[in-house]
Amino acid sequence: MDAARLMPWLAERFGPDRLLTEPGQLAPYESDALTAFAVTPRAVVLVQSADEVIDTVRICRDTAVPFVARGSGTSLSGGSVPVEGGIVIALNRLNRVLKLDPDQRIAVVEPGVTNNAVTDAAQPFGLFYAPDPSSQQICTIGGNVAFNSGGAHCLKYGMTSNHVLAIKAVLADGDIVEMGSDSLESVGPDAVGLFVGHEGLFGIALEITLRLVPRPEAYHTVLIGYRSTAEAGDAVAKIIATGLLPGALEIMDRLALDAAEASVNADFPPGAQAVLIVELEGAHEQVAVERQQLTQIIDQTNPTQVNVAADAAQRLAIWKGRKCAFSAVGQLSPDYIVQDGVVPRSRLGEALQRIEELADAHQLRCANVFHAGDGNLHPLILYDGRQSGAMHRAEQLAAEILTMCIEMNGSVTGEHGIGVEKREFLPRMFSEHDMTVMRRLHHAMDPAGVANTGKMLLPEPAEQSAAAMQSA
Amino acid sequence: MPAHPTTIDEVSQCVLDHPHVLPRGANTKPALSRTNADVTPLDLTAVRGVSAYDPGEFTITALAGTTLQEIAQTLNEHGQWLPFDPPLADAGATIGGTVAAGLSGPGRLRFGGVRDFLVGVRFIDGQGKLVRGGGTVVKNAAGFDLPKLMIGSLGRLGILVELSFKVFPKPESFTTLRVDAPDLDAAIDLICRLTSEPWDLHALDLEPPATLYLRLAGEPASLPQRIARLSDTIDHPAAALTDVDGPTWWDDANAFTWAPADTALVKVPLTPKRIAALDAHLESAGATRRYAAAGNVAWIAWPSAAPLDGLDQHLSADQLSGLVIRGDAQRIRLGVDPARPFMQRVKTALDPTHRFPDFS
Repeated sequence: MDAARLMPWLAERFGPDRLLTEPGQLAPYESDALTAFAVTPRAVVLVQSADEVIDTVRICRDTAVPFVARGSGTSLSGGSVPVEGGIVIALNRLNRVLKLDPDQRIAVVEPGVTNNAVTDAAQPFGLFYAPDPSSQQICTIGGNVAFNSGGAHCLKYGMTSNHVLAIKAVLADGDIVEMGSDSLESVGPDAVGLFVGHEGLFGIALEITLRLVPRPEAYHTVLIGYRSTAEAGDAVAKIIATGLLPGALEIMDRLALDAAEASVNADFPPGAQAVLIVELEGAHEQVAVERQQLTQIIDQTNPTQVNVAADAAQRLAIWKGRKCAFSAVGQLSPDYIVQDGVVPRSRLGEALQRIEELADAHQLRCANVFHAGDGNLHPLILYDGRQSGAMHRAEQLAAEILTMCIEMNGSVTGEHGIGVEKREFLPRMFSEHDMTVMRRLHHAMDPAGVANTGKMLLPEPAEQSAAAMQSA
Repeated sequence: MPAHPTTIDEVSQCVLDHPHVLPRGANTKPALSRTNADVTPLDLTAVRGVSAYDPGEFTITALAGTTLQEIAQTLNEHGQWLPFDPPLADAGATIGGTVAAGLSGPGRLRFGGVRDFLVGVRFIDGQGKLVRGGGTVVKNAAGFDLPKLMIGSLGRLGILVELSFKVFPKPESFTTLRVDAPDLDAAIDLICRLTSEPWDLHALDLEPPATLYLRLAGEPASLPQRIARLSDTIDHPAAALTDVDGPTWWDDANAFTWAPADTALVKVPLTPKRIAALDAHLESAGATRRYAAAGNVAWIAWPSAAPLDGLDQHLSADQLSGLVIRGDAQRIRLGVDPARPFMQRVKTALDPTHRFPDFS
């Protein structure tokens, strides 16, 4: 590391207004939405142009000082936690929508544009940007691309990766690369597909071309109360089995409901131990028929209450209650861990039962919010960090839940990424050689190891790493 | 002499036994599996069979040599399908070849293409070692997205041996509307309008000079009304095809029966607004062509008598890329390839000893 050379360069390039080095200035950048990890960066630069990003990456490469690109810091896996001794490249000011072509349904944006801002820009044309992470009000497209973010509507629309058409990026070694095009189709290996979800290890996306989709003509959004989470899970299986393809299928358990009610005054069915949110969408006539089918199925599932959104406002209220759940849990507990795992969707009931048993064994409360249609669980583990050993027990529980996901042939992350949080788990999902291949790909894009070093892939002992690269 | 492995282990052994190899399936896209004398073709058609299918889970895993027909039949028994209409199924195309070629059919318009449904892969890398990426669950963000990388990898990054897909419920009913626009510009305008509106078109293909085929899928009870409402917004002559003619038209489109013998078949991704310029050139060159997926891909049947260099130059000038699927060409990539520097890094990482051919 040759930081002695780096700092004067940054000072000259960015000036005191855009180079942050004082402890008070750095504090907000020490951690992200995974608050258990905090590292004070050496400095933060507030970049305002793609050229500044490129030059900063190149000086980091030359001085071997690690960097992490950061949008709004909403990563739940510690993806934007600074690297020890490294700098933060803050991208929020790169927030221009460079182009919006409603005829071809694309938007070209800078990485600091927020997820919602894309939909806002597309709105006048009857279009929207489909991926909708709960943090969509503030999370940025750059972060969404780096972590292949999901959301409540992945069942039908897929994840971020399914909505990115082209990327211009600076790789970690300073080279500028382009991939993809404006077209939905491509030839040759899917470079864009590989880049999305790189967790900041390849470099920094500078321009991203996104696919926009027409806003559905009609929605039918229902919130259904059940006496148990298992009953809600059974209802999901029944709905899927009929061949319906809802835009979203979400479940919240009692504890998550308590949190949401305390936070946004949401109107959930009184006494329900779980609610299921189902959203149908599409052409009027199609939704009208599917709505009847759905009503028939729901009638057979013994619900305590069925609330149908009568208009757009009621629909938004339902979604607000759902999307606030993560932050709302803060009302119930001083500390909590948001977990993210995937199990085969037909084994959801079994998985929830097991989570409950594990939580009981650790004497911890665990709220569950999940994308039931995808088998994507979000256990929210509540603990009080002031109690001795509580955080350790919470982490222990989180680890056991992830182990369960692996044992069920699922995944340790559906949409939050590996980050710093789950590095130990990735080698348990993949073979040693799978991991070697991932390391080689990383090394091919970042030979100096400066881009978000230590995320996703555990640092290797130097000699081992050299051997792996040599055999490449 | 081609090698004929029958198991994943044998594929691995074949890679180790030969200095240079290239996989092939049913050879329905022969330009992509053509080899020089120093490259041993690996025939993957015996590495076949559905490895796992749980209808309640809406996922399927199959060995690479499994035919699209077998997969479609298996899924169909449970009212499920791969909605992107993988092409050349009738010709016997395999699932591995479909992924390696990165091909999707007309239905890719509605829910996405092969890249949007592949959730897991296993492949043999240049060192003969088995690599797994993704998984068998429908949502997964663990590790680099190797399944996506293998889409369109053309057997040049590794040999696909097993693939996992998410699948969807198959719509009960389809209807096709034929629209005769007065000219190409009017047809393109209509494509842009219709795809910006929430019609949920399952497919939308353009047959030059100006005929559009629109396909809707869904509840039988709702389709007549949807078609009627859609027709009302269209100023040009429009008529629904019969229940026989409609499916036949799409089957033919997906089998490329419209492409004359003695032509090279080339895939060119593009956007609707770039069709007019390309089409003028194709017309003057005497090439038969269609524009599928709402003007997002041109399928070009380029006359064998004319050198592909002419098409290559025009694509380059228009900043377009092409992939030769069938034909005598000695090259498979045409036009520009902006992602090459990035992909060259990937190639070096996965195939450092050049066991597989280059992308050119």
